[in-house]
Amino acid sequence: MTVDTAPAPAAPAPAAPARRGRTLPAGSVITTFLVLFLVVAAFSVEGFASTRNAGFLLLDVVVIALIALPLTLIVVTGEIDLSVASTVGLCSAVMGRLWVAGLPLEAIVPLVLVLGGVLGAVNGFLVTRLGLPSLAVTIGTLALYRGLAFVVLGDQAVADFPRAWTTWAISSIGSTGIPTVVVPLLVLVVLTGVVLHATPIGRSLYAMGNSEDAARFSGIDVARTKLWLFVVTGVVSALGGVYWTLRYGSARADNATGLELQVIAAILLGGVSIFGGSGGLLGVIAGALLLGSVRNALQLVNVPSDVLNIVTGVLLITAVVAPQVAARVKGRRRRRPAS
Amino acid sequence: MSAPVTGTPAALPEELAAPERTGHRGSALVHRLFVVRELGILAALVLLVVVTVVANPRFLSGQNVRDLLLSAAILTVLAAGQTMVIVTRNVDLSVGSVLGLSAYATGTLLVVAPGTPVVVAVLAGTAVGAVCGLLNGLVVAAAGVPSLVVTLGTLYAFRGLDSLWASSADRLQINAADLPSGFKALGGARLLGVPVLFLVAVAVVLLVGWYLRTFRSGRELYGIGSAPEAARLSGIPVGRRVLTAFVVNGALAGLAGVLYAARFQTLDTTAGTGQELFVVAAAVVGGVAIFGGSGSVYGAALGALLLTTIGTALPQLGLDPFWRDAAVGALILAAIALDRALQLRLAARLRGRNARRDR
Amino acid sequence: MSLFLTSRRVRGGLTGLAVAAMVLTTAACGGTTRGEDEGSSGGNDAAGASADPDAEIPADLAIAFLPKQLNNPYFDVAATGSERAVGEIDGEFSQVGPSEASASSQVSYINTLTQQGADVILTSANDPNAICSALDQARSGGASVVTFDSDTDPACRDLFINQATAEGIAQTQIDTMAEQIGGAGQVAILSATANATNQNTWIELMTEYAAQEYPDMEIVTTVYGDDEDEKSFQETQGLLQTYPDLKGIISPTTVGISAAARYLSGSEYKGRVALTGLGTPNQMREFVQDGTVTAFALWNPEDLGYLAAYAGAALAAGQITGAEGETFEAGDLGEYEVGADGVVVLGEPTVFDAENIDDFDF
Repeated sequence: MTVDTAPAPAAPAPAAPARRGRTLPAGSVITTFLVLFLVVAAFSVEGFASTRNAGFLLLDVVVIALIALPLTLIVVTGEIDLSVASTVGLCSAVMGRLWVAGLPLEAIVPLVLVLGGVLGAVNGFLVTRLGLPSLAVTIGTLALYRGLAFVVLGDQAVADFPRAWTTWAISSIGSTGIPTVVVPLLVLVVLTGVVLHATPIGRSLYAMGNSEDAARFSGIDVARTKLWLFVVTGVVSALGGVYWTLRYGSARADNATGLELQVIAAILLGGVSIFGGSGGLLGVIAGALLLGSVRNALQLVNVPSDVLNIVTGVLLITAVVAPQVAARVKGRRRRRPAS
Repeated sequence: MSAPVTGTPAALPEELAAPERTGHRGSALVHRLFVVRELGILAALVLLVVVTVVANPRFLSGQNVRDLLLSAAILTVLAAGQTMVIVTRNVDLSVGSVLGLSAYATGTLLVVAPGTPVVVAVLAGTAVGAVCGLLNGLVVAAAGVPSLVVTLGTLYAFRGLDSLWASSADRLQINAADLPSGFKALGGARLLGVPVLFLVAVAVVLLVGWYLRTFRSGRELYGIGSAPEAARLSGIPVGRRVLTAFVVNGALAGLAGVLYAARFQTLDTTAGTGQELFVVAAAVVGGVAIFGGSGSVYGAALGALLLTTIGTALPQLGLDPFWRDAAVGALILAAIALDRALQLRLAARLRGRNARRDR
Repeated sequence: MSLFLTSRRVRGGLTGLAVAAMVLTTAACGGTTRGEDEGSSGGNDAAGASADPDAEIPADLAIAFLPKQLNNPYFDVAATGSERAVGEIDGEFSQVGPSEASASSQVSYINTLTQQGADVILTSANDPNAICSALDQARSGGASVVTFDSDTDPACRDLFINQATAEGIAQTQIDTMAEQIGGAGQVAILSATANATNQNTWIELMTEYAAQEYPDMEIVTTVYGDDEDEKSFQETQGLLQTYPDLKGIISPTTVGISAAARYLSGSEYKGRVALTGLGTPNQMREFVQDGTVTAFALWNPEDLGYLAAYAGAALAAGQITGAEGETFEAGDLGEYEVGADGVVVLGEPTVFDAENIDDFDF
């Protein structure tokens, strides 16, 4: 399960420096691909290039892109969090339960965000303090949090949230078709981008992903940093839960089931290595938009959902196989090709 | 528990290819811990059954136990295959989709050719699974891509193929009435009162256990999971072994699909959806380390039995079935935490012993 | 991973077809709400516009069928009905839908239909409220929205095609049982979950109707199989142990009835204890053939889809607006009248027995 804290020995992973050098292009490759796809789709798919459709597309991508932000940081450090979608579901369920109990949303939202932080801290504690593999921990909390969501709300749905909030969630900026919610999302994207690419913290994340020991020796508090990353991921997932609930106007325990696949697919498509230590935020955003656009365009030309699933799966595998093969071809002269 | 924590040779116990000299005493200790770990799950299982029986004496009635074993059979077969993959430090998340595809393929075969002997149907379903496993294994082993991502992708792709097949064949659901009675008899068949499907699962577990323990190539799987690089350097054909593990796991997922078809006799494109969680959970709860290199198929089988029992016991204890997923999650966390504690203790013990010997 | 937790939903996987359909069925809104009622006047908001009962149905209406989930046999049969109706009125039929039964993916497909400019959307809602705003957008874009099987909030659609009334469902089951046991003896009910609103409504109505029509029939208990195959199976077994004189079991859920049938067919009670309820012909065929079950009921999903398509066409043509009391023609099924809250009732459930079961494939 190659998502280990020690990425180096896993499989025929290329040497760390080579990986680092390769990835920034990977981000731009996906961005170029996105632009090409958008151009082709705009000309060949009826109804694709319109403000209304852009709004629909972006609304579908918002939560995926939002959760991808902190999760990218986690993957860069060589860890993973599979419990994000369950956190969305649990936070949505709790939000519904508190609303039925009569609390105002102004009080519910901060409470739910705190809850998200706690859920993230549980992951972070188990991973950093007990030294458990994040993959196993978050598979466990994936089940646990989703189970708790059902315990909290059962198979009921809570619906009558204030209209002002729910209409805001799907409103758009003037007549541009661009959802209002894109603005705060962009702020967060920029913020995360700056942290990852222009601060010592960001550099330390890459360092951890490349070699945890080296990072530790160079004075980085690996455990504490990772713990905080999990907490932030929890809070952001909770935010995703709040938004999801308002957008669909319905709090349910099964909200966002399976969303973790799409978030991780976006991150991997964006050129972030699942081994950690490489990748950039631009690629991840492009990856999320590409997945959303492909789905949207294929739906518009009435491609059945079975085929959509196959396309998603193949895209995901290709995104990971392609750079690996490319690196292999490049490195063939230097390394013995792995079996 | 072999311990992937350290690089000390003694911590790579009997399962590793050539540990005869260095690891003898160590391996005895490891073996004892192994047994302790499995006894732990067994104790949890017994406790759960006792509590449930106290709450509801009917829980141990013949029919109920038979039903429990039937449900556990499918998960057990899946967990046995998954164990082989996980010990190599890989994972196969596509098993639920493989099960669905194989169940549907078996059903289709039996509908199209009702005269097909049961054995042929079983082999056909298993073969479908093996092909899926081969695809997974090829991408993982040849391209050197993390199995987590590959099998996440094929989870989607295989399921998509399944439903595409069903919709294009215009046979969305295969019902009991469409299946030949010879095959259906398999679902309820008993030998000395024990469901045959469960006996199949037991046979699978024993075979896999025997292979992992007795065959050099089986023990090498543990070596690969403990230290892939070291395994490669010591001449183990890592790619080929990993590929084998995936093919066998796929074949067993295919067999599980046949068992599913025989038991439920109603097949649509959702068969086996979401099983991957329970399979991985069963293995992890059973003491198979998610980062490879350790764990036994017997533990995984016990894990499968425990998870199935929880599923049936919760309602009998008057608990809302919604608690099941939460309980599964909590159990995974408890199991990996326990394994970690055992592992640390083992590492400490072995370190102490080595220090004495070195002196 | 994606589907990790859908397992809970699909645990009784094989039976997920009409069950899913029934969970929300007749009760229009499954949502828990806080405060006052939830706008029961909905569906009539179009009543301001005037209907022209003689308007022609225009050719080439784009009628889209959006089920809870694609490749679900139950909805596939309904789609066949819709497609037949659309063929009769020279429209363009299309079926789209998600591969998993979630409200969020349905929203995505509704948005696509809006963008494609569909004239009529026929849908069964995965959540009564979550798809509302998307449907509103579709309607403001000119589409007529007809829900069937599972309704949304009445304010978000023009019409709801209800498969059967609660009274009809309750009476059919009691009548079928009474016929099999001679109207007298102990009868137990095997339900889904204890808090399933539709189940509880039916059980209440069944108890009342039985007391009224068949005073010698005694409903001894209700047990809950939680719509899980195994639990239902065990509860059936428990019933027979607890009530040795039991004459019959009624299970108004497809999971329950097929699990109970499976238990009975393999036990000594086969043929001695009557079983009826709501089931699908494909699940029950074997048990009807082997004599475990004499008759059971369900609405005909093909008729449901057929009626929904005609209702949608009538809306698009302006023959009706969704107001109470309006009437429209639905092909072979004849004339239907819009009831309160924009609800149209398909009719009495169909009773399936050895005679007619082979005419149905769902």
